[in-house]
Amino acid sequence: MALLEVKDLGIQFGGLKAVDGFHMEIGDNELIGLIGPNGAGKTTVFNMLTGVYQPTDGEILFDGSSISGLTTYEVTKKHMARTFQNIRLYKEMSVSDNIKTSCSVRRKYSLIDAIFHTGKYYKVEQENEEQVQKLLKMFGLEDKADLLAKNLPYGDQRRLEIARALATEPKLLLLDEPAAGMNPQETEDLAVFIKWIKDEFKISILLIEHDMKLVMGICEKITVLNFGKIIAEGTPKEIQNNPQVIEAYIGRKK
Amino acid sequence: MQKNMKKGIIKIVIVVLVFILAKFLIREGIIGAYTERIIITVGINIILALSLNLIIGYTGQLALGHAAFMAVGAYVSAIFTTKLNLPFVPAIILGAVAGGAAGFLIGWPILRLKGDYLAICTLGFGEIVKVLIQNIEYVGAARGFSGIKLFTTFGWIFLFTVLAYILIKRVVNSVYGRDMRAVSQDEIAAEAMGVNAFRAKLLGFIIGCAMAAFAGGLYAHYLMFIDPVSFDFNKSTEILTFVVLGGIGSTSGSVAGAVILTVLPEALRGFGDFIKTYRMLIYSIMIVILMIFRPQGIMGNRELSLQNLMKKGNTFNIKGGEKDGIA
Amino acid sequence: MVTFFQQLVNGISLGSVYALIAIGYTMVYGIIKMVNFAHGEIFMVGSFLGLFAVSVLHFTFFPALLFSMIGTGLIGALIEKVAYKPLRNSPPITLFITAIAISMLLKNLVKTNFLAGPNPHSFPEVLSVDVFHIGPVQVSYIQIIVLLTAVILGALLQYFVKKTKTGYAMRVVAYDKDAAALMGINVNRTITITFIIGSALAGAAGVLVGIMYPRLEPTMGTLPGLKCFVAAVLGGIGEIPGAIIGGIVIGFTETMTKAYISSSLADAFTFSLLIITLLVKPTGLLGKKTFEKV
Repeated sequence: MALLEVKDLGIQFGGLKAVDGFHMEIGDNELIGLIGPNGAGKTTVFNMLTGVYQPTDGEILFDGSSISGLTTYEVTKKHMARTFQNIRLYKEMSVSDNIKTSCSVRRKYSLIDAIFHTGKYYKVEQENEEQVQKLLKMFGLEDKADLLAKNLPYGDQRRLEIARALATEPKLLLLDEPAAGMNPQETEDLAVFIKWIKDEFKISILLIEHDMKLVMGICEKITVLNFGKIIAEGTPKEIQNNPQVIEAYIGRKK
Repeated sequence: MQKNMKKGIIKIVIVVLVFILAKFLIREGIIGAYTERIIITVGINIILALSLNLIIGYTGQLALGHAAFMAVGAYVSAIFTTKLNLPFVPAIILGAVAGGAAGFLIGWPILRLKGDYLAICTLGFGEIVKVLIQNIEYVGAARGFSGIKLFTTFGWIFLFTVLAYILIKRVVNSVYGRDMRAVSQDEIAAEAMGVNAFRAKLLGFIIGCAMAAFAGGLYAHYLMFIDPVSFDFNKSTEILTFVVLGGIGSTSGSVAGAVILTVLPEALRGFGDFIKTYRMLIYSIMIVILMIFRPQGIMGNRELSLQNLMKKGNTFNIKGGEKDGIA
Repeated sequence: MVTFFQQLVNGISLGSVYALIAIGYTMVYGIIKMVNFAHGEIFMVGSFLGLFAVSVLHFTFFPALLFSMIGTGLIGALIEKVAYKPLRNSPPITLFITAIAISMLLKNLVKTNFLAGPNPHSFPEVLSVDVFHIGPVQVSYIQIIVLLTAVILGALLQYFVKKTKTGYAMRVVAYDKDAAALMGINVNRTITITFIIGSALAGAAGVLVGIMYPRLEPTMGTLPGLKCFVAAVLGGIGEIPGAIIGGIVIGFTETMTKAYISSSLADAFTFSLLIITLLVKPTGLLGKKTFEKV
């Protein structure tokens, strides 16, 4: 069975159908791309998947159960995590605390444990700390662990956001335009990095991206949205040659 | 574990030594009744500042009716000791429970909303509590509640202030405290990372309200008389100023803010008639100047910690990599 | 039924004064997203300026009103320049504390013996105390003047905001400060003007209250200040018509509670009304829903 199965998903804002009849299937350890021009509804799809917006139609099955109607944090508890198009870190918290907050989704203790510093408190804090150190090392942030998140350079902020999402131990990671604001060299590095994450953590990744080269280079399957509707889906090769996609991106040939 | 244990023992020893010293000074009359009174007020104010800082500094919610929760604790505990003859400690604990329950009743509907609604509603709640008490004959209505026994001594204040500090420290340094800070900085991101923002905010708010109510209980059994007007908007403002002066989000800052703003007006009192007359005027001008030139308060959001004092001599633990010293 | 109509008249005249104060809260909030807690004290200062104009300068009602409005307008501008402007990019809470400190400052300044002193003053009679009878309902001359003044000021404000260039600038700055600056609007000047107008209206309300309830003291501004803030929130903070409706609703609730339920519980009712409104419609009566883009 697929990890994520989306059927006939739609949402309406006032009179506007922002997304209509969206469907998608993601298997284990797959890297899928979701592309489309500005305002096509890509981020809206993310927001529906993660419970930020409640869809008006359709069904979302994740890891064997329906997640329609769940709140954002409930979705995350079911092992789906995301990043944001406009980076949303906890700016005034240290890099390591940014990640550590996510760890508590999986390992927690009661308030009583916290107040009386019981054995469980020390044990969980220790485990979380180890997890944080591991992620910091993997993401090359270990010597910036005590910096405030807002003081990190842009590229590091992007990476920290991914590390923070991974600390929630997702099976599916949603990346919302991770290459935004990066130069071609950085984008290329990012492509390698995303692939590496997929293999290292053995997770599936759904990637929204503007940068065609990035998506075409690493995604196994691609879905193209325009005006809230799917206009094409398939392998990168199929997408590249699809006349409708070319039209949506470049415009109709005279 | 071993290291934590050792640090803990050192802290306990220091606290006990300070207590014995203070006790000795009081008995020898070196600390007079006037100074002792100021110390007790300082203790109560520290607990109030710590409790409000948890709400404002950690959950990021602005609460403007803190004195009302203090009133709940003061009145409830006073009813238990005076009318129902319960011992002091259970009575103030029940007062704190009542304060926490009141916090739940306000917070449960309001904290679901995004935005500054808590500020407005706690403000309204503060006025409602005041007016309601003014209309309850059982507790003396507007005339006030008198005949409360004196229980709050230096010893109790010392103990409870230390405990309150430890409690807050442990809450904020736990997963719960981190959740609160995450929510205060970016609620949407925190929710996406699996934090139940509503629950984090509600927890911080209830703990803060319960602690304020606890401080109210101490206050009632120290002054032996309480009336609704002592818990009005001005009192809430006073507590807020402790937190802001100390630095929003800094636990040690809250302590510093409470100490300075309790002692300062008393100190100004000593400067003769001019100061005495214009005390409040000077006080308000000082706050304006402080806000313009050092709005982050004395401590910013940094912490003063024993560990760093021992390790580096007299330097401060600079949390989060900010490099400037303490002004 | 007679009581009801009587209270309706009383409620509307009190409410119109509240509306004048609430407008100041809402305008300042609209433009710099700040709750100016010193606003209640501006109202108090307005009352005392009116008293000064009448008893020392021997002005009649209208010049006294103008005197007080100019005075509070200048004070409002001064406060904005000295205390709020340096903090414009600070977190809201810093501004809020500053506003509270300014409110303490004004209260204690008026309390000094150079100015009013701590004891209450009474406002001399500047308007006739005649009472008209409309059926069994009594309407005083003062109530009519108060209502008329409030309506005229409200109409002038509406004209100013909707029809003049400065009013237009105000709305633009409230919508997007940075974009307004890029379009060549003098943002600082616009904000100062907003403070002047809001404060002048509070000053006018101060004189009107002085005439209706002729007992002035330095602490008289605090409670009306809080209530008018409630009124602004109730109507939807940032919306001028909302503040007017909110003010009238609050004034009306207050007189009705006093007449039918209990005069000592009136304030508790006002604030309960606030909490209930927020639970039912968090944006207030006329407020618009804001939507955060993720």
